[in-house]
Parts: sequence; C-alpha cells; structure tokens
Amino acid sequence: MNILERTMADLYENMPQVSLFLGDYGLDPLERGIPLGLWLESLPEEMYEDIGIDMRGLVENLEEYLLQQQMLQSGHLPAVEEITVIGGRDKGGNPEKVRLNLKRGSVTSIVGPTGSGKSRLLADIEWMAQCDTPTGRTILVNGEKPDPELRFSLEYKLVAQLSQNMNFVMDTTVAEFVAMHAESRMVDNIEGVVEEIVTQANQLAGEPFSTTTPVTSLSGGQSRALMIADTAFLSSSPVVLIDEIENAGIDRKRALSLLVRREKIVLMATHDPILALMAQQRMVIRNGGIHRVIKTTKREKENLAVLESFDNRLLALRTRLRNGELIEEVP
Amino acid sequence: MKLVTISGPPSSGKTAILAGVIRSMIASGIKVGALKYDCLATDDDTLFRSLGVPVQTGLSGNLCPDHYFVSNIEECLDWGFRHGLDFLLSESAGLCNRCAPHIKGVLAVCVIDNLMGATTPKKIGPMLKYADIVVITKGDIVSQAEREVFAFQVRRANPKARIMHVNGITGQGAGELASQFLHAPETTCLDGSRLRFSMPAALCSYCLGETRIGMEHQLGNIKRIKLKEEPIS
Repeated sequence: MNILERTMADLYENMPQVSLFLGDYGLDPLERGIPLGLWLESLPEEMYEDIGIDMRGLVENLEEYLLQQQMLQSGHLPAVEEITVIGGRDKGGNPEKVRLNLKRGSVTSIVGPTGSGKSRLLADIEWMAQCDTPTGRTILVNGEKPDPELRFSLEYKLVAQLSQNMNFVMDTTVAEFVAMHAESRMVDNIEGVVEEIVTQANQLAGEPFSTTTPVTSLSGGQSRALMIADTAFLSSSPVVLIDEIENAGIDRKRALSLLVRREKIVLMATHDPILALMAQQRMVIRNGGIHRVIKTTKREKENLAVLESFDNRLLALRTRLRNGELIEEVP
Repeated sequence: MKLVTISGPPSSGKTAILAGVIRSMIASGIKVGALKYDCLATDDDTLFRSLGVPVQTGLSGNLCPDHYFVSNIEECLDWGFRHGLDFLLSESAGLCNRCAPHIKGVLAVCVIDNLMGATTPKKIGPMLKYADIVVITKGDIVSQAEREVFAFQVRRANPKARIMHVNGITGQGAGELASQFLHAPETTCLDGSRLRFSMPAALCSYCLGETRIGMEHQLGNIKRIKLKEEPIS
C-alpha cells in the first residue's frame, strides 16, 4: 500500500523511521487517524515555508529515505573480501610496479616520511580510484572493478580512520554514544552491542570507564580504546586506517588483534618499530608512490620480542616516574 | 560555462574546499573563476587570487547576503562569460540557515562540518535539503563513529544528495569533488530561471531600519512566538 494512504497511527506504530523523519522537521500530527497524504495536504503553505521544503519535496525525500533504509536492512551490498591496489605512478611520473592484495583480517603497516603520499593512497582506496586520480592507481574490490555508484554509498565507505587528532565532540555518555552509532547502523540488539563494545574497550584501556562516563571526559587512552572497539564492531568499513597508536594507556597488541578478529583490513601508518613489525607486511611510500612492499621476515619477528622487552623496560621506568620514584638506576 | 552554487554555514570550510577544487581544476587545464558573496568583510578573495584565477567579491552590507546574491548573479554570470570561463564557482555564506542560493538547473553544493553536532542537519533548511552534493568537512578531528552518525543524519535531511567527505586542510577528496562538478549542467542564461526554494519573507519595520522595541513600532510581516503554557510551580 502506498505510504501516503496509510494512517499516521499505523505509520508511527509500524515504521518508526517515518516519525523520526517527520520529527526532524518538527512535524507531529495530533490526529493519528488521518492518512499521511491527507494530513500533509491539510497543512498550510506558510508551514511549508517555515520548515523550508514544499510538500512534494518532503514526500520525495521521505520515499527516498525509506527506500534506502529498506535496502540497508536487506543487506544488498556485496561483502568486501579483498581489496587490490594496482600501482599507477609516483610524483615524478615513475611507474609503481605494484599489485597489492589486502585481505580481511590482515595487518599492513605504512612507512615513509611525512608528505610522502600516505593520505593520497588512502584517498585512492576510499574513492575506489579507476585511473582517475593524480596517481593513476586502480582499486579492485574482490578482484573486480566496483560499481562507480558505490562511491557515494554511506554503507560502502571502504575506509574507517582512527587518528591521534580525533576527539569525541558529542555531549553524551558512553552508552548513549555507542547506542546512537548502533541505531544509525540499524543494529537489532543495541543493548548487547553497547555492552560488548564497552567491555572490549575496557580490556584495551589501562584505566576502566563505565557506560555512564561522558565521552568528552574520557582520557586519551580510554578515548582511543573506545574508538577502536566501536570501529571494530559497528563501522561498516572493511578497511581501518590507524594513524600511529600512542604507547600510553592502551594495549596496542590487543587492539590490533581485536580488529583482526573482527576481520578488518588493518592499515597502520607508523614509525614505531614494534607496531611496524607486528604487521605481516609493510608498504614503503616515497615521493607519492608505493616504493616497496616488504614481507616481515622471520628474523624481524624474532627481533620483535627483543624490542618488546626494551619497551617493557621503558614502561616500567614510566610507572616508577609516575609513582614519584628516583630514576637513578636503569635496568 | 558551468555555474556551481556553494553554500554553507559560516566557518564550515567552504573557501578551503573551493581552493582545493580550483587547484585540481587548474591542474586539469580547466578555466575557472570564483565569486565570493559575503556580508561585512572578506579576505577570501586574496586566497582565490593567489591561485591565479579571476575573482569577484560582493559585500551585501545591511542586506541579506542571499537576497543580494539573487539580485546580482546574472551580472556575475556575464562577467564569467566575458572571461571565457569553463566554470564559475559562486560561494555564499548561509547566515540564518534558512536562505539558499540554489537555482533549478544549476549544480548546488552545501558544505557542513562534523563539529556542528549530530542534530545540526535538521536545523539547516533549503541550503542543505535542496543541495545536489553535500560536502562534509573536518572529519579528521572527530571520531569515526561521529562521522558515520553525522552522515546518517545528513542523509535523513536530504536522502537524494550525494554525500562526500572532503578535508579542507589536506585537500583530500577535493579532486574527487571537482570530478563531480564536471557533470554539472551548462548555464547560458539565468533570466527566467527559478530558485529551488523561496527565500524567507522579511518585510517588517526592522528590515527598514527601525531600532525601537515595542508593539507600536512593529509593522509588516510580524510573527509571534508561541509560548507553551506550563503550570508554574
């Protein structure tokens, strides 16, 4: 049945999206027995002038919105299993001889000086470049050229980003915040997801926080932990770009393994040798191009253990400092 | 020539986004010019000029900048033709969130930023709701979750628009936005064209310079606030 012929009572009871949509315009009918179409027609023209849209525009937007919500619920979008980056050229016009496969559940680190072209690479992946960006790269999804319309789909955004500059700006508690994100993703069991995310985030963060903590008062480490757990469970993007995880207040190894467990393609821009060696491979970016792809060697993996012991020694010093001790002896 | 109208709340990043688009267009050999409509003062024209493109600035002073835009856009269009431009990008600040410079048959872009809060999209009128492309900025400083929620709210306000994320500082996404401008329709003449939505009626004594407060000084199109009656405890 056409949505305009259904009564307001029926729509408000069975399609909460309709009440949310109309609520955004400050519309709420007092009389619920009337069909939507008749009610909209009965509203005076000045009212439409006040809300800044005419009736036709409002109805078209509502229909389009409901259509998109329906498509989102039916999960019609193809799952991303693998992304392939086919090289283009660097800033000097030299060809990048690369064909790089990024699989779900893998970790790749990205190294190279500032301004070397890391953001451009990410932008190419996000835009699903088809030789139409300055680098001339091509991105394949599941081995094929993606439908160009997917570039504008909010549910098909390939890249989620986590960087050190990011902050929470909303004025909500942790639970409200995660619930709001879950709602926008049309998740069924919102309470369950909130609990899971907060539990996981607490395992990453050094100091625990609760569901009632305001997000803006979380410490740096807690914020990062919540962002990582939230992205792992609720972001639709298969690729997660992490721009350096600071070595304070968060268990970095656990954070990576959570993202891998959630089948994310993890890209990590870092110059921290421990993080770089945790990855299976690393991309070396130079002058706007992928200069080399290095598989982490067996020797490197062995060295990782040594580096971690250095790191633990530094961490122990930090704890001593925090406790007000003298650092006259270094282990 | 293709005309594009770009609007958005103050400080949302319009100028930075346009600068990115202009750089990308210049690199592709496109002849582009910029129009900047503002209210009191602007120095954005120096930025555009430094990119080496022709610029015109219009200051509306004590008039509504969007009303001022409509009364002057044809002349500016002629100016663009005289310069033999391929693209004329017109930027205007949406001050009250109710006016929009968007014209039927002309590509309309709205720029808003992630810092405005999740409920902002519904507070913005035709500028957002009648745009073809909505550009969201400042995505690099808020969390991924907030970015996703914000985009979701934008879509509820304007389900038909293409939503794009552009970073005004690094220019990430500006080339992609410019590539969408290439599909804009040609504008040869605006005489007889229509705005996508009416601009608000503002014809009261205060529009005409009245400064005194009080019922007896209020003439013309006056609207009364509806106070909700709640029992006083």
